[in-house]
Amino acid sequence: MNPTANAPAHRRRRPAWRRRRALAGWLLALPFTALFAAFMVGPLTASLALSFSDATSRDLRTPFAVGFVGLSNFADLFSDEKFLRAIGNTVYFAGVGVPLTVAVAMLIALALNNGVNRFRALFRVGFYTPVVTSIVAIAVVWKYILEPDGLLNQGLAGLGVTGPDWLHDTSFAMPSLILMAMWRNMGTLMIVFLAGLQGLPAEVYEAARMDGAGPFQRFRSLTLPLMRPTILLGCVLISVYYFQFFEEAFVMTGGGPLDSTLSITYFTYNQFGYGNYGYASAASYILAVAIAIVTLVQFRVLRAKD
Amino acid sequence: MAIRKNIRRSRWYLYIPLLIGLALTVLPFVWMVSGAFKPQREILSGEFTLLPENGTLRNFADLFTRVDFSSYFVNSVVVAVAVVLGNLLFCSMLGYALSKIEFPGRRALFAVVMTMLMVPTVVTFIPLFVLVTRMGLANTFGALILPFLAAPLGVFIMRQFIGDIPDSLIEAARLDGAGEFRIFFTVVIPLSGPALATLAILQFLSSWNEFLWPLVAAQTEDMYTLPVGIALISAGANTVNYGLLLAGATVIVLPILVLFLFLQRFFIQGISTTGLK
Repeated sequence: MNPTANAPAHRRRRPAWRRRRALAGWLLALPFTALFAAFMVGPLTASLALSFSDATSRDLRTPFAVGFVGLSNFADLFSDEKFLRAIGNTVYFAGVGVPLTVAVAMLIALALNNGVNRFRALFRVGFYTPVVTSIVAIAVVWKYILEPDGLLNQGLAGLGVTGPDWLHDTSFAMPSLILMAMWRNMGTLMIVFLAGLQGLPAEVYEAARMDGAGPFQRFRSLTLPLMRPTILLGCVLISVYYFQFFEEAFVMTGGGPLDSTLSITYFTYNQFGYGNYGYASAASYILAVAIAIVTLVQFRVLRAKD
Repeated sequence: MAIRKNIRRSRWYLYIPLLIGLALTVLPFVWMVSGAFKPQREILSGEFTLLPENGTLRNFADLFTRVDFSSYFVNSVVVAVAVVLGNLLFCSMLGYALSKIEFPGRRALFAVVMTMLMVPTVVTFIPLFVLVTRMGLANTFGALILPFLAAPLGVFIMRQFIGDIPDSLIEAARLDGAGEFRIFFTVVIPLSGPALATLAILQFLSSWNEFLWPLVAAQTEDMYTLPVGIALISAGANTVNYGLLLAGATVIVLPILVLFLFLQRFFIQGISTTGLK
């Protein structure tokens, strides 16, 4: 009986400081949590609600008086040719842009990791530079470069090739944007891949070399499988980003010519501009869900081969 | 380590494609700065001259006389500084609470914050616009700043870093009778320098380059940030004044590039520790 007789006093003391500490924990968490709830979680939920409503800019004063329209926004979207076009363009941008950026970043990282000892830091900084710049600012620069008589076409003319009017041609506008996005983002993946390559075990490579495996064989059967988690991370990062593309098109093409560079984000922005809040929210939710699905699928596909 | 170094001997033939690639990567920046100093006639002439023949500061002067560029600049600086300071404080407070203090609901809170890590602005900007309008904050600094004060990425970084601070240090301070807030300011913050630097740089960059939300939230020219101002000049004009735009782009990009060259360790650390842009 003696040990338990002591317990109540003991137990009463513990909760006291525990409660005080828990309170301090919540107070420390409060500012972030309040802002986070008001400006992120709240709007995310509200956006879902809006996507089932017929809200327009006229409802700004009375946001709770809007009508519930069920899934009709979504049904309308999938029969809206512009939206379908925007889906196609977004898939095109990410579908070509992601593999291209991953491949180029991997080539640079491999080169830097295998036999570039001098000036490696210089290369690393140089290739990374575009990542820190404002997309709007560099889109202005690229627009200037891609003018019919701009830098690129002058360079091509030097090689005897007549370049197209890149940004005003329906078949060249999107490749131009993809090229710029690759230039802007390859540095991020290069850093991620370099970190991955430097973590690979040197002994395994030495053993493979002893067994007579050439550089391509070593890449295929050692580097690629060992780097799979890193490549996966790179793919996820960059596709989440590419699926939202907007600024490039806003500055360089205005979504044109003939909607050939209109992305889902751009479509959403335009619908918001027309005041169709419910419709625009539904479009943005489709994008968010698409991003979530693509992320999951990438995890599945790249994991499955293990 | 010695063996490893032997294996990785230099391969000179790799330098040629890498140097070409590097030149192509840097060329747009060179072309931007060069164009910013060219008079309109030279820009339109369609000739390739790396250095302007008749260099001029006219384009930079035009930024202040023909458009309200000084407002854009001040707005961008004010918003970025406020966003950085807010996040440094709020993210490290929450990071400390999450990693070192037992309080009910902390696991759930962390899970919710991390789920929001990948939510794009495009999904939240419409209700956000309704919200700031209802709060009477439309077209104010409040609208530009408030939505970015709580960055999930910052919590991730700070929780990770503060979690590595030895518990014994914090326990010692507790035994000395220090309260949690006091520990936070006198023990945790002084030890978190590198993480705070990384967070400050990441937040400054993302605020400086942010586009969609300021485009929606700033409605009059005196509230535009730099990217909004430049984008709307570029989109609005019938004939594009490239001299003006390139000068504007230079003012947006160059300070960041200089900052990057001096602080690249922190920039790149931010990428490789978090794996996020």
